[in-house]
Formats: sequence, C-alpha cells, structure tokens
Amino acid sequence: MAAVMPAPASSRLLMSGNEAVARAVWEAGTKVCAGYPGTPATEMLEQLSTYPDMYTEWSVNEKVSLEVAIGASMMGSRAFSAMKHVGLNVASDALMTVTLTGAEGGLVIAVADDVGMSSSQNEQDSRFWGRFAHVPMLEPADSQEAYDMARYAFELSEEYQVPVILRLTSRICHVKGLVKVGSRVEHKAKGFSKNAERWVMVPGHAKRRIPLMLAREQELKRLSDQTPLNVLEPGSDRRVAFVTSGPAYMHVRESFPDAPVLKLGLSYPWPLEKVAKLAEMADTVVVVEEVEPILETELKAAGFSVHGKDFLPRIGELAPEVLQPAVERLLRKEAAPAPAGTAGVLANAPPLFPRPPTLCASCPHMGIYYTLSQLKNLTISGDIGCYTLGAGHPWNSLDSTICMGASMGVALGMDKGRGEADRNKRILAVIGDSTFMHMGMQGLLDITYNRGNVTVLLLDNGTVGMTGGQNTPANGRDIHGQQAPRVDFPKLIEALGVKPERIKVVDPYELPVLFKTVRDETKIDDVSVIIANRPCVLTEDFKPFRPYMVEEDKCTGCGNCVEVGCPAIHVTRREKAVKPSGKEVDLAFTRIDSIACTGCGLCVQPCAPEAIVHFEPVRPLINIQPA
Amino acid sequence: MPNTTNILVCGIGGQGVMTATEILSEAAIAEGHDVKKTEVAGMSQRGGVVTSHLRFGPKVLSPQIAPGTADVLLGFEAAEALRWAHYLKPGALALVNDARLVPPIVELGLFKYPDDPIGEMRARGVRTVSFDAASIARDLGDLRLGNTVMLGAIADQLPFSAEVLLDCIVKRFARKGEQVVEANRKAFAAGRAAAAQATAPATA
Repeated sequence: MAAVMPAPASSRLLMSGNEAVARAVWEAGTKVCAGYPGTPATEMLEQLSTYPDMYTEWSVNEKVSLEVAIGASMMGSRAFSAMKHVGLNVASDALMTVTLTGAEGGLVIAVADDVGMSSSQNEQDSRFWGRFAHVPMLEPADSQEAYDMARYAFELSEEYQVPVILRLTSRICHVKGLVKVGSRVEHKAKGFSKNAERWVMVPGHAKRRIPLMLAREQELKRLSDQTPLNVLEPGSDRRVAFVTSGPAYMHVRESFPDAPVLKLGLSYPWPLEKVAKLAEMADTVVVVEEVEPILETELKAAGFSVHGKDFLPRIGELAPEVLQPAVERLLRKEAAPAPAGTAGVLANAPPLFPRPPTLCASCPHMGIYYTLSQLKNLTISGDIGCYTLGAGHPWNSLDSTICMGASMGVALGMDKGRGEADRNKRILAVIGDSTFMHMGMQGLLDITYNRGNVTVLLLDNGTVGMTGGQNTPANGRDIHGQQAPRVDFPKLIEALGVKPERIKVVDPYELPVLFKTVRDETKIDDVSVIIANRPCVLTEDFKPFRPYMVEEDKCTGCGNCVEVGCPAIHVTRREKAVKPSGKEVDLAFTRIDSIACTGCGLCVQPCAPEAIVHFEPVRPLINIQPA
Repeated sequence: MPNTTNILVCGIGGQGVMTATEILSEAAIAEGHDVKKTEVAGMSQRGGVVTSHLRFGPKVLSPQIAPGTADVLLGFEAAEALRWAHYLKPGALALVNDARLVPPIVELGLFKYPDDPIGEMRARGVRTVSFDAASIARDLGDLRLGNTVMLGAIADQLPFSAEVLLDCIVKRFARKGEQVVEANRKAFAAGRAAAAQATAPATA
C-alpha cells in the first residue's frame, strides 16, 4: 500500500479506483483531505495519508469532514472529502448550502456507492445528489478514469466555482487496473477574501445566490453537451443503442462490443443533444444505469423513447451475465420475466451453507453478546459496526439497526413509546466507540435531557473496526498513527448528563462482572452507560494470550462453549442423551483450534466440566504473553 | 472478450486470497497484459466468503468474470471451491486446497458442511485437482507458505511460464532475506509438484 506513494510520474501502476483517486488528489496540489471510514470509500483517505505535503485527517463524521474541506476551499486551497454513500446523507446539510456559496479553491467530494450492498445498511444512488444540489457529477468507469476525472474535478470546480461530486461504486473503488500517473503540481492558496454576501448564508444573502447557482447549472448543461467526457461511440451493431455511465459502461461494452454507446463521464447535468444524436442511430435506446432509473426518467421527461428499468433489475450490479440476456430478450420482444438481479445468476450454484462474517476469535464483542443472550426481557437497539453481527447466530441479541448513531434515539423512542405490553422490558442501546463519536453523543444527550430510561453499552475497542481498524479519538492516534488527544469517555458521558454512579467501566472478558453489571443497571430506572473496554484484536493494541484447548476426556458435550460464538471452537461429534428427567438433549463435543485461539478465555468461563485448559505447545509459539 | 484469461480465486477472509490474486496480477502485467482484478471484500476480513476475479489480455473491459467463463479456479477452501465451481467454463480445471474451514453457523448445528465437497465437484463434472496446502506448508516448516503453495499449484495452468509467476513471488519476498525467498521457492515447487501429481490420475 505505502509503495504507491513514491512511484515516479509516468509509471503505469496497478491501482484500485480508491488508490487512483488518492494519487490524483495529491497530484492536483490539494492541501486538505478529510473523511470518515466507510466501505467502499475508506482507502482513499488511507492512501492520501501516505502522501507528503498536505494535511489529511480522519474526521469524526462525514459532515465534519465536508465542512473541513469547505473551510479549506474558502481559503482558496484545493480540498477533498471522501465518504461512502450513506456518509453523504450525513454531510448533505453542508452540501445543500455550499452549493450556494460555491467553491473558491477546488472542492471535490468523492462518494462511493455500495452497489450490491456488500457492507451497508441500504443501497442508494448518489447520482441524485447532482440534481438535488445542482452540482456536476463525474462518474469514472475504471481506475484510469478515476485518476483522470479526480484530477479534472479540481479544474472543473475552480472554473465554475462549484463543488464537484466524484461518484464511485464498489466496482470502481475496489477494482484494480493499470493507471498511468503524473506528478504533483503545487496549487497556491489565493487567500481568504472577506465577503459576507457570499460566505454568510442568511436568507437575504442566500436568496441572491440561488439565481447564480441556477445560471451556473445552465452553463454546466452546455458543458455537458460539449465535454469529451460525454462521448458518443458510434457502432456497427445498430439493433440497439445504449446510454450508460460508470462501471455499467464496461458491462455494456463487454456485452455489446459493436453497439452505439453514449458514455457519460459528466453524468449531471445531462447532455440531451448528444442523447438526440444517439437516438438517431438505432430504433431501440436502452439506458443502463445501476440502482435507480434517474437518467431514464429524465430522458423520458425530455421526450425520448427509451428502455431501462422496465426490463433491467432495480437492485444490484448490471454485470454482463445480467445485462446481455435481458437485452437480447428485449430485442426478441419476449415478455421479460421479473428482473431477478444477480439472484438469477446464482441459480446454478450448489445449495450450500451460508458463510456470513463472524466476530474474530477473542473479539471483545463476543463477551457482550454472550452476556446479552443469557439475559431475558431485554429490547436492544443496535448500531453500525462489527458489533452489528450481534444480531446473528448464536447471540440473536440485536433488535434494531438503522444508521450511524441511531441506537440512542431509537432506544429513547422505544422507552417513550412503549405500551402496556412492553411495560417490563428493559431497554438497551449498543454502540461502538467510533459510532458514538460520529453521531451517538447527540443521541445520548437527548436521552439524559429527556429523562429516558435506557442502559447504554458503549463498546470501546479503540478503533473503527469494520473498515479495517482506523484510528479514532478513542485510541488517541491520528490518521498517521501519531499521538493525538484521546477522548475520556467517562468524563464525556458525565458531561452529557449521566450521573457518575451510573457510569460503569467493565472488562468484556470478565463475564461474571459484565453479567452482574448489565443485570443491575437495567433494573435501575435511570440512564446508565456501561463502557466495555478492550482493544479490537485486529489492531496493534491487542496482545494475544496463551491459547486454550479442550481436554477430550473431560468434555461432557454440554455445548456451552459453542454458544460463545467463537470461530476457533469446533464440534468434533454430536450425540443425543436422555437426562434423568427423561428429556432428550443434544450433546456437542468440541475442540479448540489452538492456532486460531488467542486466549481471551471467554469460553473457559461457561465450560461446566472445566475441560478447557491452556494449550501447551511442543515448542513456544510466537507473540505469546504469559497468562 | 476473446483473448481474455479469467482466473477466479476463492476462499474465506484472512486466507490470503486477495494477496495471491495480486501476485497473479503482477505476473500478468509483467507479461504485458492489460489487467483488471476485483473482489467483494467488504466484510470478508471477518471470516466471510471472499472471491477475487482476475482478468487479463490485450484489453480488459468488465472486471467481473461471468458464471461459466472462468478458465481456471483456484480454491483455498473445499466448500468455497464447490460454491464457485459453476463459474468455470465446461471442462476447465479447478485447483483446490482440500482444507475444511467450518464456520460457527455450522458448528451451531444450523447448517451442514458437505461430507465431500471435492467429490461433489467431480460429480458435477468439474475437473478437480485437490491437495493439502497446509500440510505441504507445514512440512516445509511454516504454515504461512500455504499461499505460495497455492500459487505453485496454478503456475502450470497460466498462458505464460511458471517462472514469470515465481519471479513476482521472489520480488515480493526479496526484502525479507534469502532464507525467506528460498522457503518460498521450495513452497512454489512443492505446489507445482502437488498439482502435477494430482492431475495425473485425473487425466488417466
């Protein structure tokens, strides 16, 4: 990863879209880069932090990251902010007004859509923001274009004084292709020019900015019909012509190599004159766009007769195996079956067990969810992070997940909205450290201010875990790994109105204490915050302990250890037994994969026959601390 | 696209699938090919399914391999190889590490792990070569060599010489000293031998 940075100009490198964007942002002479981790956008900021001569930060959330970039742009410097699709929802408040002030130094926002939802709570189409915010949108189709467009985005931003959105999807961010790179060109900050009518958006000023924004949009419309980014590729196969953008372009070209294609690189505003030219090339025009029929709707409104989501799937990627048969059916005028998305493609796959992501061996969240799964009468509002996996087997512990920070407000609403049927329910919220700082703190203040009765579990593992372990104020290290001020959670939580005696700090590996604390705090009709404090096992802060093993002759098959949910515990055989009461029970005898085990000891505690003991290797394994 | 080679690598998060595909990509680039490599890896770090698609040739468009079009499948885990075997072209070869990595969801008794995934692949008509990469690596003294054993196994199924791939591996480990490089050379050779040996009876 770090090897990318020193690559000289004109090198051809194998780069992911994220790496290519980072390189271009650096080359553009950008001074400030800010973002919050989120799949598939994370690597843009990670990469940028390895380049010299500019400022990069992990912000606490996407809105702040965009605001940081806006401030830098006001000073006349080039600025960049990167986020995943749902991050732009958070940042949209800033976006919808900065489109009025416009940019001074080039201001580029990269937003990465998780088409196909590999790691997100929804699938949404960020192309809507172009029209909504009246800003131009660039859509690369591969790594080289991601690089080219990211460099151009700054020029476009400065030429039209407009924030520019660079819209990526997973198939751009995480696809590696060859990229020819250049070198950094310094960009000098013009300096801030005081101008309240431009920068202070009060109604009187904003009213005067709106016509300017709309005039700018008209100019951008003209640009859209002229720019070489929107390219009309004539073809010899005139059965059907395509309008497409982003990775869908590659799928179209792969499926119909000789068809006429209008490829949109500047996908907002729409180049209607070029569409008219394309429409002359074939009787049938198909709009191939992933997720929403945005362009299709607009083209129909402009009077074009086009096909699109009438026969193409509304969800997931439009890979060749989806696109090609669907278009062939359309051309044969066959009644299209209900769009199946990629599900249809998997029909030939063998029926096989699913393999959902799991918590890691020694993950401190396992102690939390094992405990919660042993308690009754709880309603648990969850949040976004690795710990969302607590909704799965064997714990089945989370009852809701909506968006970043929502565990707080949702829990308060559950408390205030409960009827007689839920009178005796204990309401909990589970949130990670980074999510708490992202958008949970405000929710906790709302709970204390409005006298809610909620027990909050703050899972402090000192990192943004799900996205690969980025630094946060919770571990006191900045984006470069340098020491930074570390947040003091007990003090912060007390300042947000939680009584000091209701703030408990526990070790999530100590099940009896954890169990008692959760049980006691949920019984008290007040706001409690239980902070569980152990580092994520994938970070440098985690030091493995001595691994365990199961003594085969002592194992009684009770299966308690399996209920912990650790991926290092395996069942060796199953038996049925009859209890003295006559009840038939299933027994599961186990072993521990001592190479995967890092010795947290969670499984030792519920083991009834004390059959789990330290594994004594024949020769010492590396990195093992004495227990 | 004609003249495009499609290699599908599959396994589970943490096994080194993405790194192996990265090294295969470097070899294809060294041979002057255009290359695209893609994976869905959002949560795969946490033991989920991971597949990596590698396509190379004079010019590569879509990064994704369509089902039924892979030229070769490199499987890091037996059931995962079975899961993705339908991506192979008819008659194409699957090279499979026969490790069985059983997830918690199976240990909990909610699902069943197939008794013989490799046998099922063969029953479905997939030409399958299997070997135990972990044992081979352990015999060479370091489990971490498993990845290079896997690359050795695929080395004779590529449209360029095995030495090109070996060079890329050597380059990657050069910083770690001659001892590590030598161990990887041995692992690569052992992987090649294992695949060749396992191929022999299948073609008889």
